[in-house]
Amino acid sequence: MNVVALVLSAGLRDLSRNRWIVAYALAFLCIAEGLFWFGGTGPQVLLSLLNIVLLVLPLVALVFGTIHVYASREFVELLLAQPVPRRQLFAGLYLGLAIPLAGAFVVGAGVPFALHARQGASLGGVAALLTAGVTLSLSFAAIATWIALKTDDRLKGVGLALGAWLVATVVYDGVVLGAAAAFGNYPLERPLLALMMANPVDLARVLVLTQLDVSALMGYTGALFEHTFGTALGTGVSVAALVVWCAVPLGLAERRFRNRDF
Amino acid sequence: MITLSNIRKRFDALEVLQDVSLALRTGAVTALVGPNGSGKTTLIKIVLGLTRADTGTLHVGDTPADAEGAYRRAIGYMPQAAHFPVNLRVGDVLDLVQQLRPGEATDDDLLRAFDMDAIKDKFVGTLSGGTRQKVNAAIAFWFRPSLLILDEPTAGLDPLSSNVLKEKIRAVRREGRSVLITSHIMTELETLADDVAFLCDGRLRFAGTIAELLSHTGNASLEDAIAGLMRSERATHHAAPSPVPSRHGVPAWLTPGAEGVA
Repeated sequence: MNVVALVLSAGLRDLSRNRWIVAYALAFLCIAEGLFWFGGTGPQVLLSLLNIVLLVLPLVALVFGTIHVYASREFVELLLAQPVPRRQLFAGLYLGLAIPLAGAFVVGAGVPFALHARQGASLGGVAALLTAGVTLSLSFAAIATWIALKTDDRLKGVGLALGAWLVATVVYDGVVLGAAAAFGNYPLERPLLALMMANPVDLARVLVLTQLDVSALMGYTGALFEHTFGTALGTGVSVAALVVWCAVPLGLAERRFRNRDF
Repeated sequence: MITLSNIRKRFDALEVLQDVSLALRTGAVTALVGPNGSGKTTLIKIVLGLTRADTGTLHVGDTPADAEGAYRRAIGYMPQAAHFPVNLRVGDVLDLVQQLRPGEATDDDLLRAFDMDAIKDKFVGTLSGGTRQKVNAAIAFWFRPSLLILDEPTAGLDPLSSNVLKEKIRAVRREGRSVLITSHIMTELETLADDVAFLCDGRLRFAGTIAELLSHTGNASLEDAIAGLMRSERATHHAAPSPVPSRHGVPAWLTPGAEGVA
């Protein structure tokens, strides 16, 4: 096995036994199952779960990811002291964090939909939710890794992670809404689309909502997005933008890992 | 076998290492000593490639150390404190390190002496600090490295394990391999080391055999000699900007910045 696979395999073994990862998967499982239990139909559960996912998943990926990278630092030093290239070691370490996070989400959110397949949730909607969750997990795990590699002070690092979560999930929407209200007399379509692309949480929301017949819930930017791109192209554009949101922080984190002093 | 030439390292405004040149003799145990914050750990990390020197070179034999770290095949590293992922079993950790160094000759002495078979199924998180340190030591010696770098190796070990480890260090020396060891326990170093390198404020103040140091300082023990050097450094530091000790009666290669030390 190569270095990436070896380090990834160790990371998977470690985090699959981590109580927080298990609790994270169970939390999604209980919430989704609870929503079905209390009489929700498939589409209703999907929408309710989407709101929870968009709030909770970035928070867990950022905070857990940052703490995990800090906690692994001494072990990483031991691995770096072996004859292995930094680039491969980084890939193994990152995937060893991101895959368990994404996997816990897929199991926790996916299993209830599989168990309640006859309750009307569209396959496209469930697939979009899982895709959005996986890409958000990969993206925010990369951001968390970058923050932890960039900042030696653990407290500051966790603070930055919380700040990033607050910006992505709360502040950003407020800023966009404020900008839309303040410049309502100007043609804002393109700038707002660009703003939406600049936030992975917004992109994930639109990706899922374009699969559902719930245009009233899309909000201004979501409706504009669908109007501009249509459903099929819109899905492709949002997935592509989410992939960029994985690649850019990952590239930054990888560069930091290669060049930093341990 | 390992030669550091004119190594300089700065962290922001702090110059941690200033023009350090040091050659580690083949088949000798070299004690790296100095007060806290003198640059010992940074120097070790530069040898390991964990930290990059701003200027200066590192040679393994006649070959410059490569950025990809293949030269670390020749090095076994035992960090001061053992930090492994708590949800991995000891066997997982050993397997990972062994697979990262495929095809290398192994020396199972310490694995047997520390009874790794008995704990290989235990989770790292359930082990005491001393037992983790034994795993740490077993890994460092496992691949018969030409150079062992041991950072406070006996810290946390019980007397029997400490004795076993010291015997192993002597055995390694007898086999003609080199050891670089740091410790604040001078009596321990006196019984283990042949050479001593004294770092203070990022400068190499002395490098030579212990006998030469004792003869130079007129002390009977390494502890007294190093304590005397530290006192003198402190006094010089407070008295004058240039803390370089007198060269009178000291061979040129024992003075700071000289090459081909020891």
